[in-house]
Amino acid sequence: MGAALLAKFGPQLINLLAAVLLLLAFAMLTQRRILSLINLFAAQGLVLAMSTALVAALTGQAHLYLSAAVTFALKVLLLPWILHRLIRRLNVKWDVETLINIPTTMLVGIVLVILAFNLAAPIAQLAGTVTRAGLGIALASVLLAFLMMITRSKAVPQVIGFLAMENGLFFAATATVYGMPMVVELGVALDVLVAALILGIFLFEIRERFDSVDTRHLERLQER
Amino acid sequence: MAEFLLDHALLLLLGSPLAGGAALALVGHRRFAPEVNAGFSALTFAAAALLVARVIDGGPLAALEAQLFVDSLNVFLVALTAFVAMTTSLFSRPYMRIEREHGRVSAAGMRLYHSMYQLFSFTMLLVLVTNNLGVMWVAMEAATLTTVLLVALYRTHASLEAAWKYFILCGVGIAQALFGTILVYFAAEKVIGPGVGALLWTQLEAVKGELAPSVMSIAFVFLLVGYGTKVGLVPLHNWLPDAHAEGPTPISAVLSGLLLNVALYALIRFKVLVDGTLDEPFAGPLLMGFGLASVAVAAFFLSRQRDIKRMFAYSSIEHMGLVTFAFGMGGPVASFAGLLHMTVHSLTKSAIFFAVGHAAQKSGTQAMDRIRGLMQVSPTVGWGLMLGTVAILGMPPFGVFASEFLILTTAMAEHAWAAPILLVSLGVSFAAIFGKVQPMVFGDPSAARLPHRPALVPVFAHLAIVLSLGLYIPPYLADWYRQAARLIG
Repeated sequence: MGAALLAKFGPQLINLLAAVLLLLAFAMLTQRRILSLINLFAAQGLVLAMSTALVAALTGQAHLYLSAAVTFALKVLLLPWILHRLIRRLNVKWDVETLINIPTTMLVGIVLVILAFNLAAPIAQLAGTVTRAGLGIALASVLLAFLMMITRSKAVPQVIGFLAMENGLFFAATATVYGMPMVVELGVALDVLVAALILGIFLFEIRERFDSVDTRHLERLQER
Repeated sequence: MAEFLLDHALLLLLGSPLAGGAALALVGHRRFAPEVNAGFSALTFAAAALLVARVIDGGPLAALEAQLFVDSLNVFLVALTAFVAMTTSLFSRPYMRIEREHGRVSAAGMRLYHSMYQLFSFTMLLVLVTNNLGVMWVAMEAATLTTVLLVALYRTHASLEAAWKYFILCGVGIAQALFGTILVYFAAEKVIGPGVGALLWTQLEAVKGELAPSVMSIAFVFLLVGYGTKVGLVPLHNWLPDAHAEGPTPISAVLSGLLLNVALYALIRFKVLVDGTLDEPFAGPLLMGFGLASVAVAAFFLSRQRDIKRMFAYSSIEHMGLVTFAFGMGGPVASFAGLLHMTVHSLTKSAIFFAVGHAAQKSGTQAMDRIRGLMQVSPTVGWGLMLGTVAILGMPPFGVFASEFLILTTAMAEHAWAAPILLVSLGVSFAAIFGKVQPMVFGDPSAARLPHRPALVPVFAHLAIVLSLGLYIPPYLADWYRQAARLIG
């Protein structure tokens, strides 16, 4: 009974989660407050862990359960906790300034999504996975996170954009090939964790130096 | 004993810098830390030499269930990487002591520097010897992470900014490479079946004719953007001059001399796969385009530089562009020239950075118009910089001349339209660099004495090798390049 239900609704549920992932990527693009941004990032991590676990249940790929667990621990618990601590210590709860106004960013975002779907279509056709529709969404979330990185002037949102980009890549791996081999996934997770810690150290140094974590202070090195 | 060492050279090669990283974190800023650092680097080089002996004797070898893999292409880069890492650690002994005494680096900074230096060597060697394309990505990202804090070692405004730029740009770039790697795995999984096997380069190479061409071509574009950022190809090069200029000089030397090579190596491995999959040339023209753009843009930025390390960083972009262009052309001669140019550029550029480091310390500045008369203050530093500059500008009889000559003649024969662009760029960069270095070396002095004797043996050792490569390439080395060039195709 349970297995039959899973087989019937599983693929649709994964598509639903993929859609939520894209929605969250757009929400991050429009969010002005850093605190909400971190919560959105944690929510994205949760959707990612759920979809990975669901794919694992559907396909019986045991290593995907493990990578779902790692995703949950890293992206829902550890990284948001580090980020929360960081902004409390740095005392930067106020609004995020964007360099381009939000409606324009949204329009650019929509163009990026269309682009991503176009690029992913030929590849998705080759994929035999139940989740192949997700590839376009994964690529779209990568591009949206990238857009977020370049439209924000504060360091913390740039960091969150960087981490969100990795979320998109992770989903791409799950959607097309049921996840990369375990060695690689663990390696990537380790790199992301170390990157987040190094960025944390960095933010403190930038703050110590400039009394703010606005990366517009960091624009002196240019070709004259 | 000797047999055992030969059999386990590969593990020793990776184990030595890894253990070194841990040991130096414990040693901290004690007085003998630089010697320990040099000791571990020498051990790594010894392991690399054993490995070379092994590969010359017995051909390609694999270890750890084919996760590690050495053939004639990467063994040559392993030897080069271990050698330059060793000489740079010798140079960094007096250099970092002087920086410490000038108060530019804290005690904690010295611990970080030495420990990360070893881990950086480890990650680069891992990129070179791993057979798993996923692990290659992980190690490449780790190489960025180990150096990003070193670029910011001086805690100045400019160094923080350079490190932030380095981190964000390379992070974004390398994320594209991960997407490319996922796509390659996707294509391979169709043929080989899921699991680690579908990421092993040797297995992919065996089935490259059956991989889906549409997926591989999209994958290569992402990989080119991703790893190309680390090679410093225009227009993805923005992080490179800043990271080179603001970090400690030994780090500039290994970034320019080693990291750029290693990133290009990753790209070449994928090029071999894509060339085997697609019937029409695809990777080659892309590499040629990016390479040519890098040569031209870097040459014209050279004349605008005021900071000496920044100028030589742009020169690195130019030379990596030249190598990329050579591999893009392909064929036995161009690939041979590309490999030779990788070697001589790496040796010459690190020698230049050693000399530049001491020159900047003596003058107390990196601004070129305030460095004057090095020849009078310290003839060895002056000659080192002058000879290094002459070598990098491609003057005969240095080895750079030989490789540039081969690249140019091949370009004239096969892609005549590109030859004028290359010639003009090389001419412009000659005028820019020589015109700026000449008054720094000759003229009235502005420099002071240093508390420690500068380490100039590495400078002249490197230049001597480059010179001898220009005069005579020993037959076994030529064979070796030819074999590697055949692999690249």
